[in-house]
This record gives sequence, structure tokens and C-alpha cells, in this order.
Amino acid sequence: MIKKRTNREVVIPTASLADIAFLLLIFFLVSTTINSDKGIGLVLPPVGSTKPVPKKNICNVLINASGQVLMGGEQIQIPLIKEEARRRITENPNLIFSVKTARETLYNTYIEVLDQLKLAGARKISIAEPET
Amino acid sequence: MEFSRKSKVKAEIPTASLPDIIFMLLIFFMVSTVLKEFTGLQVSLPAAQKIEKIESERHVTYIWISRDNEVCIDDKIISQTNLIRSLMYQKRVADPQVLVALKIDKNARMSKIIDVQQELRQADCLNVNYNTLFKGN
Repeated sequence: MIKKRTNREVVIPTASLADIAFLLLIFFLVSTTINSDKGIGLVLPPVGSTKPVPKKNICNVLINASGQVLMGGEQIQIPLIKEEARRRITENPNLIFSVKTARETLYNTYIEVLDQLKLAGARKISIAEPET
Repeated sequence: MEFSRKSKVKAEIPTASLPDIIFMLLIFFMVSTVLKEFTGLQVSLPAAQKIEKIESERHVTYIWISRDNEVCIDDKIISQTNLIRSLMYQKRVADPQVLVALKIDKNARMSKIIDVQQELRQADCLNVNYNTLFKGN
């Protein structure tokens, strides 16, 4: 009796595998946050690339500290910007809206104006820095 | 006439492939999970109608500006505005597709925002997104 064959089978128990996988699954389900960040996208103008634009292609939108808006030289109520901007775009599709705010303007007003311009379908929106 | 005949067929749901299915779901959630490191400053966002979704969260850098003009980038409080430039430039070099999500309190004044935007322009981070809530009609 020198050689004794062991007939024991070596098996990894897999019965609890599903349970372990479930546990991990629940952890990832709970920790996943579905990305719900939304907002107004904008591309800032690069530094030092001032291109001369014909005056007729620029529409200045100025917002003062008390939230009044001057669009192309005329004062306008914020909810009416959409219609006015749309009219100006159909007149001139290359129109660039240059939004300029005072330093004391509320951010909320700025977003409202940007939103109105976006609603009007304006694609060329530029942010101008105020003169100091 | 046999009314009560016990059927000898065993009705069993096969569970052999259950771990495989679960693992597949698991891998999906593992890949799609982005763990949030920092919840940011306390801001109340403005609302807008024409908003778009941020497509991929992996290229996003968050900048918070509270109503007290505190600026916070990812998880660092920035005390001097001119530090933003170098920090954002490093991010821009590391990831050219970087998108800056601005979470700004609606009662903040534009002065700080203009300064931050100038710094972002200097750092060549030109894609920005003003985070807003959705305003119904």
C-alpha cells in the first residue's frame, strides 16, 4: 500500500455566488447617481483673437445693475427679448448678440436674458467684458 | 376516472445562469457609476427653459460661486481669483475636452462671475455650461 488514490472531488461552492453578486449589484445601484446636470451651454471667446465684425452684424445687449435691458439701443422688457431677437435673426442670420453686463447685475437676470436669446434660436452669442 | 392525478413533472426555474445575469448588470452599473467626491457649496441655481444636458460627466470640472462670492473648484476653495488660471490650465492640458460647469447662486453679482470668466478665457477653457434648473412654461 504505497499509493492511495484520493477520490475526493475538489469543488468551489458556487451556490452563494449569486448572493454575493446581488450584494455588489445593490451597492452600485444605490451609489449610482444618474447625471441630471442641465444648463445653458456657451463657448467663451478666446483671448486675443479680435476679429473685426461689421457693425451691422452686431446687436449689443446691455444689462444694467437694476436689471434693465437695452437691446440694440432700445430698452426692452426681458420676456419680450425672445420675439425681438427672433425678428432680428430673420432679418440678418449672421447677427451676433453681444451680451454685456454691469458688475453689479444679478446673475439671475443674466441667465434670463441668455435663456431668452437661446429660445429665439440665437447661436452666435458673445460675452463682452465691461469697461472698467 | 382519476381526478386528482399528481403530475410528476417538476416545475423549476433554472437558476444556473442567474449569477451570469447578475454579473452583467453589475458590470453595467460599475462602468456607469461616477462617484461624487464633493458636493460643493450651497447654491440655489437659477431656472431657464432652453437648457441642454451635459453629455459626459467625465470631462466636467465644477466651479461653484456662492452668493457671498466664494469660489470653489472641484474640492478646493479658491481665495484669490488669479489662482484659477493655473489650476484650470492644468486641467485643460490633462483633458483637452474639459467642460466647465458653473454652479452659481442666482443672487450672486456678475462682478465675480466676470472675473472668473476672464480667468477661464486666459486658461483656454472655453466650453462652459451655466447650470440651471428647468423652468416650466
